[in-house]
Amino acid sequence: MRSDRNQSAPLGLKVAAAAGLLFLHLPILLIFVYAFTTEEKSYQWPPPGFTTQWFAVTWNRPDVWQALTLSLQVAAISTAIALMLGTLCAAAVSGSNFFGRETISLLVILPIALPGIITGIALRSAFSLAEIPFSFWTIVLGHATFCVVVVYNNAVARFRRTSGSMVEASMDLGADGFQTFRYVILPNIGTALLAGGMLAFALSFDEVIVTTFTAGQQQTLPIWMLEELVRPRQRPVTNVVAMVVFLATFLPILAAYYLTRDGDQVAGSGK
Amino acid sequence: MTPAVSFQKVSRHFGSVRAVDAVDLEIAPSEFFAMLGPSGSGKTTCLRLIAGFEQPTAGHIEIFGESADGVPPYRRNVNTVFQDYALFPHLNVLDNVAYGLMVKGAGKAERLAAAEEALKLVQLPGYGGRRPGQLSGGQRQRVALARALVNRPKVLLLDEPLGALDLKLRENMQEELKTLQKALGITFVFVTHDQGEALSMADRVAVFNEGRIVQVGTPNDIYQHPRSRFVADFVGSSNVVPPDFVQRYCGQRRWGSLRPEAIRIARETSGDGVTARVVSTAYHGSSTRVAVEADGLRLNVTVPAGAPLPGEGETVVLTFNRDQLHLMEDGA
Repeated sequence: MRSDRNQSAPLGLKVAAAAGLLFLHLPILLIFVYAFTTEEKSYQWPPPGFTTQWFAVTWNRPDVWQALTLSLQVAAISTAIALMLGTLCAAAVSGSNFFGRETISLLVILPIALPGIITGIALRSAFSLAEIPFSFWTIVLGHATFCVVVVYNNAVARFRRTSGSMVEASMDLGADGFQTFRYVILPNIGTALLAGGMLAFALSFDEVIVTTFTAGQQQTLPIWMLEELVRPRQRPVTNVVAMVVFLATFLPILAAYYLTRDGDQVAGSGK
Repeated sequence: MTPAVSFQKVSRHFGSVRAVDAVDLEIAPSEFFAMLGPSGSGKTTCLRLIAGFEQPTAGHIEIFGESADGVPPYRRNVNTVFQDYALFPHLNVLDNVAYGLMVKGAGKAERLAAAEEALKLVQLPGYGGRRPGQLSGGQRQRVALARALVNRPKVLLLDEPLGALDLKLRENMQEELKTLQKALGITFVFVTHDQGEALSMADRVAVFNEGRIVQVGTPNDIYQHPRSRFVADFVGSSNVVPPDFVQRYCGQRRWGSLRPEAIRIARETSGDGVTARVVSTAYHGSSTRVAVEADGLRLNVTVPAGAPLPGEGETVVLTFNRDQLHLMEDGA
């Protein structure tokens, strides 16, 4: 509650807020600037000149495309797995009351609370113990551990707001389990799943630590970037990729934000 | 005649809680049947057993002669009006009402026409395009009713259908539900904790207590001849009088009940009535309720409007006809 909503914030606070925002976002702008620099060996400030040649160079580098494709595939499959398992788990936890429910809830959320390095080491030793060779699928499994959490958290919140008697009403009116899911549950949790899925996709897409431990020879995009930074040639290529990725992810994240916000109204309007 | 619903020694236990305990019950076709009881008395569980949301722990349920054992809710020709209405927020009113027909595979034109028809039945024609969130509580309830009735159920279950409505709306809805039930000839089973509602609407009432049915009968039967202290207490405001009191008038040592309106109150201290002291009075419009105390026994007396009212603290004499004193079979 504000005591006086007309009084504007003091100047000091305004400056501090502006400084905070600059601190957060200026580095991103720097990345954009360096994508156009003519200097390719080091990040020199101010840039000696500007060029758009790096876009063409990036376009023609096969390693960029390989890393990008791999990252997209991993993110897509991990998200798909997370959507399925996360929704089922959320439905079980919110739909019924059974022994150990809270424990299961905690265990599901734990992977995202754990430092990525722990998850990574644990998975790596587990894979070696089971003699599973590192491959595309070990990366997917690693990513799915934290993607499930994101989907689960979104879905469980929405399930809680969805009246339990709605499912009963649907059954009462003659719908079997599948129809009830298709016509009642899915429309009500759909936006939550979309938002959770997008977040999971984004998390998987820029994951470095768990990937380092679970990948074999493959390079996902973030790992490729990390390697590229230590090489003294064609540095701005990394910046071009970073910029494109930033722009490509910014819009879906914004969309997810608006979708979940609308979801409040959808789920609340029945009451 | 095959009963619409029949319970044979039906129990539903949740762990050690006997929500429903060996209940026998028969509901006739086209009957308006009320299940009345305090919360936790098992009435709602009985309703859910008929709907199929619960399966009996023991016993046997038949709906129109067909065994309901293991039959899921979606294969029963029974529909429910839920206490919180449970309308689908993502569908408009017309699609809500048409839902039952939709999942059964009816064509779009056919089911929307039937839904519009059902909305007319509950006096909400033309509301199909709205969202449930845009309706008032009373309107939502009508939609829930239409959504159930459009399926032409053999039995309609109503779970505290009027609980969330305000008084005026509730009285209107009582009338309407009765009219609707008579017109459609569908068996209505409704659950309520409001004795007034049960008595005014139902053809027969089952009074529940602690998972058992303590009395089944017509409203008049239940009101005039409560079988036990619980029924006398719960159904209305009857005065429950102890065996000592009854013995003085009838010679039998049994618990009795005495309706507040059966007692006359007089100021003169002569006569062979019961001497009592007025504790309080409460004005109810058409009558005034007077609480009196006689020999440590608290009694309620209804004085019709216009009759002289005693003041608080005054000493009065109570009289009643002996045959108005109803003896109960059961002291519990």
